[in-house]
Amino acid sequence: MSADSKRRLFLKGSMAVGTLSVAAGAGLLSPRDVLAAWPEAAFETKELSAALNELWGGSDLEESAEIEVKAPDIAENGAVVPVTVSTSMDGVESIAIAAPNNPSALVADFKLGEGALPYASTRIKMGETGDVVAVVNKGGKLYSARKQVKVTIGGCGG
Amino acid sequence: MAKSIKIRAKVKDGVTEVKSLMTHPMETGARKDSKTGEKIPAHFIQEVTCEVGGKTVMTALWSGGVSKNPYLSFKFKGADKGDQLTLKWVDNQGGSDSVEAAIS
Repeated sequence: MSADSKRRLFLKGSMAVGTLSVAAGAGLLSPRDVLAAWPEAAFETKELSAALNELWGGSDLEESAEIEVKAPDIAENGAVVPVTVSTSMDGVESIAIAAPNNPSALVADFKLGEGALPYASTRIKMGETGDVVAVVNKGGKLYSARKQVKVTIGGCGG
Repeated sequence: MAKSIKIRAKVKDGVTEVKSLMTHPMETGARKDSKTGEKIPAHFIQEVTCEVGGKTVMTALWSGGVSKNPYLSFKFKGADKGDQLTLKWVDNQGGSDSVEAAIS
């Protein structure tokens, strides 16, 4: 399939989806009904501390040298900033990635299941220069590490 | 929406590393259409889960702050070569897709 016909397909798909979102907008189908577990309040709040309170009921962070945040020093394109978080800690339940300078700080929460190593890697959007913050939840206690990323072109643009 | 997921899972020294790429617009809902000036509705993956042998090894909860066509990588112990894993995503508009892969 050529890139162009894929794009056509995608456009068709997004139109169909548009109808669905109209239904959602009218309150017929709230996203909450579709997916009960998604912590909407945590993702929509602006401040990281408020988001962490929503997510885990606490926001006291202890800086930890045992957490490694890998991200570029300079991101030419804020729409795609590769971030990898890993830690040598044991008993980690969850790893959150946040960009406090974004319109909503919390970007992702990785819940580790059985056998999972405390490692997560993804790509995030950053609207402007700022820190990427990793928060590790270990038995309800929160540890964090951060790394500054200089963004030359923002990725949340309007 | 068939096969929006590319996945590779490799086991080495007892640790399986999963790398995956999903095709998804990941619209935050804050962007405006440059021609019409209207807001583009939010459309992003909210949850990605990975199951192996009926156990969930990883659940990723995402916002629209994850980049378009998301990349996800994670690691876990306890699986062997040939084991099947399932990766599934669900977005905020009720769309979903899943893929099965054998660990190599």
